[in-house]
Amino acid sequence: MKLLVPVKRVVDYNVKIRVNPDGSGVETSNVKMSMNPFDEIALEEAVRMKEKGVASEVVAISIGTQQAKETLRTALALGADRAILVDATSDMKQDIEPLLVAKILAKIVAEEKPDLVIAGKQAIDNDMNATGQMLAGLLGWGQATFASAIEISAGSAVVTREIDGGLQVIKVALPAVITTDLRLNEPRYISLPSIMKAKKKPLEEKSLADFGVDPTPRLRVIHTDEPKQRSAGMRVGSVDELIEKLKNEAGVLS
Amino acid sequence: MTVLLLAEISQGHLVTDHVARALSAVSALGEVDVLIATDEAGADAAAQAARLRGVRKVLLCEAPCLAHGLAEPVAALVRSVAENYSHIVAPAATYGKNILPRVAALLDVMVISDVTALKDPETFERPIYAGNAVQQVVSSDPIKIFTVRTTSFPPAPEGGSASVEVISAPADPHLSAWVEDRIVVTERPELTSAKRVVSGGRGLGSKQNFDAIIHLADKIGAAVGASRAAVDLGYAPNDWQVGQTGKIVAPELYVAVGISGAIQHLAGMKDSKIIVAINKDEDAPILKVADYALVGDLFTIIPELSQKI
Repeated sequence: MKLLVPVKRVVDYNVKIRVNPDGSGVETSNVKMSMNPFDEIALEEAVRMKEKGVASEVVAISIGTQQAKETLRTALALGADRAILVDATSDMKQDIEPLLVAKILAKIVAEEKPDLVIAGKQAIDNDMNATGQMLAGLLGWGQATFASAIEISAGSAVVTREIDGGLQVIKVALPAVITTDLRLNEPRYISLPSIMKAKKKPLEEKSLADFGVDPTPRLRVIHTDEPKQRSAGMRVGSVDELIEKLKNEAGVLS
Repeated sequence: MTVLLLAEISQGHLVTDHVARALSAVSALGEVDVLIATDEAGADAAAQAARLRGVRKVLLCEAPCLAHGLAEPVAALVRSVAENYSHIVAPAATYGKNILPRVAALLDVMVISDVTALKDPETFERPIYAGNAVQQVVSSDPIKIFTVRTTSFPPAPEGGSASVEVISAPADPHLSAWVEDRIVVTERPELTSAKRVVSGGRGLGSKQNFDAIIHLADKIGAAVGASRAAVDLGYAPNDWQVGQTGKIVAPELYVAVGISGAIQHLAGMKDSKIIVAINKDEDAPILKVADYALVGDLFTIIPELSQKI
């Protein structure tokens, strides 16, 4: 079984981001970048499937700037067999929309013919939570989103999904698209030897022109602002004072 | 302009609060039809939706393949009626987030997730980077498809009397099948619509200690929330998680106990009206967003609070 794992380079999840005062966007130069945490989980799951003999090959893909090569090298060090970079922009500030990403991925799927695509449930920069579902829609494949457990059996995947109120188990026919939730697994750390080995693994480069897709964004960002700041609060010295404030000042307790 | 609102269905019931909030978000755009996709027991949900003020018509589609809200058949259904609408919308809960991006791809349009404000029929506001920035986007798509962050809008009131029109479902694509639901049964208020929320974090130290949070919540009629750390450590179930990857809440009162206040947690609760933080660490980031902060040992504070409140 062949697996495709899309990975995205995003601002590291620990970074407190800065919004440019002119409303032009979020500061992304000279900021620590990493692999999107949900994509690490997707890749980890794919590599575990390979280690269990369920999968035979894991291909990692990233779509963005040349810098996304670093993210793909990380993917290779984590256990992917080979990688594909789609050079889609030279502008670090430009976020490629999920619809365009899904269209490019659909073309790569047509070429690579994987049995399963495992993607993260959302990227922590645009917080869209859409690419996996869009890809499944374009391909006419089944989808299993927000997965916290995956079991592959003859021609299908039994997936436990995290839904509001609890869990839902569904069975989806392969080929399919699965998106990962936080609790699917705990990604491994990268060892030094695996970083060295990753340098020798194949990394193929493609350009947007190879895919014949219209790159015009459907959504035009006109402004990016700081969220409303909360006004400073106060320290209270005791439980009694807290209860008094909540009742008489804030009016949220009676 | 006419809007199609995909009603959120959970366990065969209409999630009325979410639907009513999404309805009030889009009411200014024009007439709103509510689509109910369910198995052969949709009459109650349809009647409930018809009572919401601002609904023109309820479209009820009952078919075995629509049970349990599987994405493929529901998306095919939405697509089959999409051409009659300028906007297609759903509450931004797991149900809508699973289905609407698929619909958008089928129609070759983008999806706009977690909309917090509509400036005009083409201009939307949404949070990015875990709520640390707010983006205004203009859509050039012929049909605008988006999910609504329900906590940003008040629920539309009852008092409507829309008609119910039964429509038929497209053929079942047979791509997936439901196996089982494992739903946590609770008497407590639902987390995303509760007026009060008490949340516990790593500071609780154990599942047993987390009971003190549950006790306090029950005492004030609050829903119980948790940080990711508390969930990962097994103190609380997954669906109690508040944050970027869990639920977004905006109650009147949010009490954070033993929660440091990581960016990802703040993303889920910083729009609460009043935030109370109880933490022993003077430097915990949660204290910077709290309206009332009590620094001290939660193991003495929480029992005292439960007793005196």
